[in-house]
Amino acid sequence: MIEVRDLRKSFGDVHAVRGISFTINDGEITGLLGPNGAGKTTTLRMLYSLLPPDSGSIRIDGLDPTEDAIAIKRTLGVVPDSRGLYKRLTARENIAYYGELHGLDRSEIRSRTDALARTLNMGDFLERRTDGFSQGQRVKVAIARAMIHQPQTVLLDEPSNGLDVMTTRALRAYIRSLKAAGQSVVLSTHIMQEVAALCDRIIIIANGTIAADGTPDELLARSGKDSVEDAFVALIGSDEGLLA
Amino acid sequence: MNGLLTVFRKEVIENVRDRRALFNSLLLGPILFPILIIGLSYLTLSAQEEKSKEQLELPVVGAEHGPNLVAHLRQQGVAILPAPEDPEETVRRQTHPVVLRIPAAYPEQWRSGEPAVIELIADPSRRESNIPMMRVSRMVSAYGQQIGSGRLQLRGIAPALASPVLVKQVDLSTPQSRGALAMIFLPYFLMITAFTGGMHLAIDSTAGEKERKSLEPLLLNPTPRWAIMTGKMLATAAFALASLLLTLLSFKLALPYMPTGALGFELDLGLVMIGKLLLVVGPVAILAAALLTLLATFAKGFREAQSYMGLVVFIPMLPSLIFMSNPMKPEFWMMSIPMFSQNLLISEFLRGESVPNQWLLVSSGGTLLLGLIMAAYAATLFNRPRVVFGSS
Repeated sequence: MIEVRDLRKSFGDVHAVRGISFTINDGEITGLLGPNGAGKTTTLRMLYSLLPPDSGSIRIDGLDPTEDAIAIKRTLGVVPDSRGLYKRLTARENIAYYGELHGLDRSEIRSRTDALARTLNMGDFLERRTDGFSQGQRVKVAIARAMIHQPQTVLLDEPSNGLDVMTTRALRAYIRSLKAAGQSVVLSTHIMQEVAALCDRIIIIANGTIAADGTPDELLARSGKDSVEDAFVALIGSDEGLLA
Repeated sequence: MNGLLTVFRKEVIENVRDRRALFNSLLLGPILFPILIIGLSYLTLSAQEEKSKEQLELPVVGAEHGPNLVAHLRQQGVAILPAPEDPEETVRRQTHPVVLRIPAAYPEQWRSGEPAVIELIADPSRRESNIPMMRVSRMVSAYGQQIGSGRLQLRGIAPALASPVLVKQVDLSTPQSRGALAMIFLPYFLMITAFTGGMHLAIDSTAGEKERKSLEPLLLNPTPRWAIMTGKMLATAAFALASLLLTLLSFKLALPYMPTGALGFELDLGLVMIGKLLLVVGPVAILAAALLTLLATFAKGFREAQSYMGLVVFIPMLPSLIFMSNPMKPEFWMMSIPMFSQNLLISEFLRGESVPNQWLLVSSGGTLLLGLIMAAYAATLFNRPRVVFGSS
């Protein structure tokens, strides 16, 4: 459960986020859709406590990221925009590093890594050093290390950026499996297909504010259009920066 | 605390697997420096030997004015060459390092018992001509003394009367302290090693982490940021200390191959001495780890960080160079100056002097304190969004 009230953040003269409020329920997949530069990444960074908001409030399962950053990090699993791996460590060692930082013991890390590797189909590169990994392999490692502590809430920033079709499908299947397990998932994207295919709820962000918030059907009804894509364009007012 | 150790262990493993880091920190100094010292001392030594053994060729102008002097020189094994046309030009061009001129007034002065003037033409600013110059000058004054005593004896006077004072030098330098003179560059190498040993890791773990975009996800773990930074600094310090230890051990191994006997000194680099040296230079490694991490954290990437590091290497060099060119007597207050105090202490140790414990305490303690202050500041840096996200 995430509750955001009137969130604002500026960098100098740039007002990246100007008054965003929304609520995200457990057991749902929520999509933050918006063109590049709409304020999605900044909003997510404030949620996972890496950026302090200028004003407004955030509660994640009742915790405030500005006051309880460490506790928030235990409940969140985040795949941020930056997915750098350590290329002189194997995929398993990259995942284990994060497990140890979460204070898990070795046998637990081992069994959870094996389980994640099965779900994400990482078997053939799990023991290899990550130098030279494909984009898809890197994203899988980044997801596995973000999930090693079995977080209740999962935040994904542009998860399918640069992935091929097969990996994208596998990723979507995985995200649906998280929902089935009762976890809440928030993903930001500028790809309309992604939200249409995955999300129970869509929050459209443009110019640092919320342009629309609802289920896909509600958004269709509100815009008076009959395709999801047309609905988005109508609600944002332009299709600039969006991918069909 | 656990997170700190996790970060430390991961940085060490990752950098041990990096051949470039390993070579820079653990091999370059320990191999290069002893070879440099051995090579240089052999070179100096053989050059000296060659110069003093090889036959001295001496062009003499006006040989006919002092045939006895010339005969004496010949007897001493000097090859007398005919006079060059322009003796000054010969020396300036270094065709010959030294030319002897016996002026026309020489025989007249000699006969009348006045000091007979001869001229030794040389350019002492050319260091390689110092040895031939000294040799000629010594031979000529030996000849003069010999004739002088003869003259006194002829007049029935004991030649000893002409030397009312005799200076006798009592040499208190032990073989060990003479050795320290030749090992004056050891402090210099050790200080540089303390800085370069962890340099690669300091860059890789901060600017490198930013460049490969792994810093943001790393900070998403529930480990306090100061603990992450401290783990990185500890790994850097560990590499610097390992590099120092290896350099000292390789010096110990190389020592038997140094021409020590020829230089007239013995240097004891026993385990106790190595321990003492580590105790003195160790705090510098910690100071260096904090300073390097601090600087590299502000850099956006590897290259930017490396360009800072080029300047940082001058910091440990400066005190060493000042001390090398201007040796001074160590005093208690100097112990409070980081880097400089270590130079003084190392050379005192190598001379075999005993150093008051208080001095050690102030030198190591002061340097350590400065290092910890810098480390404490560096530990706060990951709290700044500007540092974490670069310009955004």
